[in-house]
Amino acid sequence: MTPSRQWLTHTNLLNVLGLIIVCFLPGLLGLLPGIPLGYVLYLVSLGLIYAIVALGLNLLFGYAGQFSLGHAGFFAIGAYTSAVLTLQAGVPFVVALLVAGFLTAAIGFLLGLPALRLSGLYLAIATLGFGVAVPQIILWIKDWTGGAMGLHSLPLASIPLGFSDIVFRTDQEYYYLAVGVLILMTILARNIVNSDTGRAFISIRDSEIAARAMGVNLVRYKTTAFALSAFYAGIAGSLYAHLLHGISPEDFTVFLSIDFVTMIVLGGLGSVSGALYGAFMLTLLQNSLTRLPIVSEFKNLYIVVLGAILILTVSFFPRGIAGAVQDLRQRFDNWLQEMTKGL
Amino acid sequence: MTQPLLETKNLTMSFGGLVAIERLDLAIHPGEIVGLIGPNGAGKTTVFNCISRFYTPSRGNIYFQGRDITRAASHEIIGLGIARTFQNVELCRSMTVMQNLLLGQHVRIRGGVMRDGLRLPGANSSETRATERADEVLELLGLTPYRDRIASALPFGLQKMVELGRSLVSQPALLLLDEPAAGADVRETQGLADLIRKIREQYNLAIMVVEHDMTFVMGLCQCLYVLDFGRKIAEGSPAEIRNNPAVIEAYLGDANLAL
Repeated sequence: MTPSRQWLTHTNLLNVLGLIIVCFLPGLLGLLPGIPLGYVLYLVSLGLIYAIVALGLNLLFGYAGQFSLGHAGFFAIGAYTSAVLTLQAGVPFVVALLVAGFLTAAIGFLLGLPALRLSGLYLAIATLGFGVAVPQIILWIKDWTGGAMGLHSLPLASIPLGFSDIVFRTDQEYYYLAVGVLILMTILARNIVNSDTGRAFISIRDSEIAARAMGVNLVRYKTTAFALSAFYAGIAGSLYAHLLHGISPEDFTVFLSIDFVTMIVLGGLGSVSGALYGAFMLTLLQNSLTRLPIVSEFKNLYIVVLGAILILTVSFFPRGIAGAVQDLRQRFDNWLQEMTKGL
Repeated sequence: MTQPLLETKNLTMSFGGLVAIERLDLAIHPGEIVGLIGPNGAGKTTVFNCISRFYTPSRGNIYFQGRDITRAASHEIIGLGIARTFQNVELCRSMTVMQNLLLGQHVRIRGGVMRDGLRLPGANSSETRATERADEVLELLGLTPYRDRIASALPFGLQKMVELGRSLVSQPALLLLDEPAAGADVRETQGLADLIRKIREQYNLAIMVVEHDMTFVMGLCQCLYVLDFGRKIAEGSPAEIRNNPAVIEAYLGDANLAL
C-alpha cells in the first residue's frame, strides 16, 4: 500500500460515515412517517448512556480481567450524586456531572481494594454484594435521596457557554449531549487501551505472573481499573438521571448489572467498539421485548431471551459482535484494495 | 575481585516441612555468565523465584548492587535491573510479539492513566522510543518477521525467544534465564549459546542460567553452582565441576556428565 492512499481505509471511511449518520439521525428519523421521534431518540439516548457504562465495564473486565456484577451500584451512585447536587444544592449540571464521575471513581477505587485479594467467582460475589447494597443504602438516607419515592423534576441539563447557556430541553437536544459525551469517553477508552496503561491491564488478564515480572504493580493497576470503570458508570449515571428527569432505587437492580455484563459479552470482550454494539443491541431488544403488545403476554420474557443470548454468544461467538464486524471489515478492506488498485 | 552484582547469603526457603533451598551462598559478578545446575527438584527454579521475589525466603538475604532486596516487592525487581524468563513461558497470550516487548519496558515508560488517556505531552514520544528499542531487540533475536503475530499462536521455541526479548528489552543488569534451551534440538542449542554470548557482549550484562543440557551449560558458563536437594554441593569452573566426585555422585547414571 502506498502512503498516499493510506487514508482510504475502512476506519476512516466508516468514521466519517458514522459521524454523518450521528449528526443527521434525528432529521432522518423525522422523515419516516409514523415514528414517535421523541420516544425513539429517548431510546437511542438511553442506548448511548448504557454504552458509556459498557465501555467502562469492558475496561475493567474485558481488558483488566476483573469481573464486576455490581455496576448498577456505580451507575446509581453517579445518578444520585448528580440528582442530589442539582436538585437539593442547586449545583450547575456540568459540575454535578463531573462530581458524579469522580466521586463514583473514588468509590470504585475503594471497592478495588478488597477486590485485590479476590478473583473469579469470589470477586463476582463481592461485587454483586456491593450492587445489592447500594439501592438499600439509598433507601436508608431518604432525607437526601427521597427514599423509595426517589427524586423527581430534576432541572434541565445545560452547558454554560460564555454569556448564554446551551440548555437541553427536548429528547432531540439531549441526544446530542449523550452523543458528545459518548464520543469523548470512547476516545479516552481507545487512548487508554492503546497505551502503556492498557498493556498493563491486559497483562493482568493474561498472566498475573508475567505482569509482576514485568514490573506491573497489581495493586495500582487493579484499583486504577476499578476507579476508571466506576468513573464511566458515574458519568453515565448522571446523564441517565437527567435524561429521565427523575430516578428511584428500583431503577438500579441487580438485573441492570447483569444487563451491563451481557452488553460487553454480546458486543465483544476486550473491544472498545464491542461495548458500543452490545449496549445498543441490548437496549433496543429490551425495549421491544418489554413494550410490544404481543410479547407482553409472557412475563419476564426479556430475562429468558437475555440468558439465551449469553449462552449462544459465549458458545458460538466468543469474540461477540465486534469479532464478527472485524472479520467483515477485513473483507471490505481487501475489496477496497482490489477496487482502488488501478487508481 | 570486584563487588558482586548479586549475592545471596544463607538463603533458605522452606515450604512447610520441605526445605527447598538450604543456606545457599552464591555470587555473580558484572558481565559473568553463571550456571545453576542440579537434578530435578534440586531447587534451581526456587532460587530464581526467591531472587525475583515471587517467593519470600524463610531465612537469609539477597543483595543486588550492594542493596538488600530480600523484602522488595516482586514488581520492583525489574526496575532495579533484574529481568527473568520462565521455565514454561509466561507471555501475555493475547498480545502481539511487539506488545509483549513494549510491556517489557513498562518500568521504563512511566506513564500513568491520565497521561495515557488524555495523550498528554510525552505519551507519544515515549511510545515511539519504546517501539524503536523493541524493534532493535527483535532484529537481534531474529524475531522481526513475527513482530505483529499474536504470541500464543507461535510455536513454543519462538515463544521462549519472545520471552527472552521481553526480558532483555527492559535493559537489565542481570538476566535470569530458566531453561532457555528447553525443547530445542542440538543445532538450535548451539545457536542459542552463541546468541546468549552476543547478548552479554552487546548489552554488557550478567546472565544466570538454569539448564538441564550439560553440554550447553558447560560450554556457555564461566562458573557453575551445583544444587542437590536444596544444598550447594559444588561450585567452580566447568572443568572443576566435571571432575568433582560429589557432582558425579549426585548425577550417577547421567550419561551427559560421563563425557
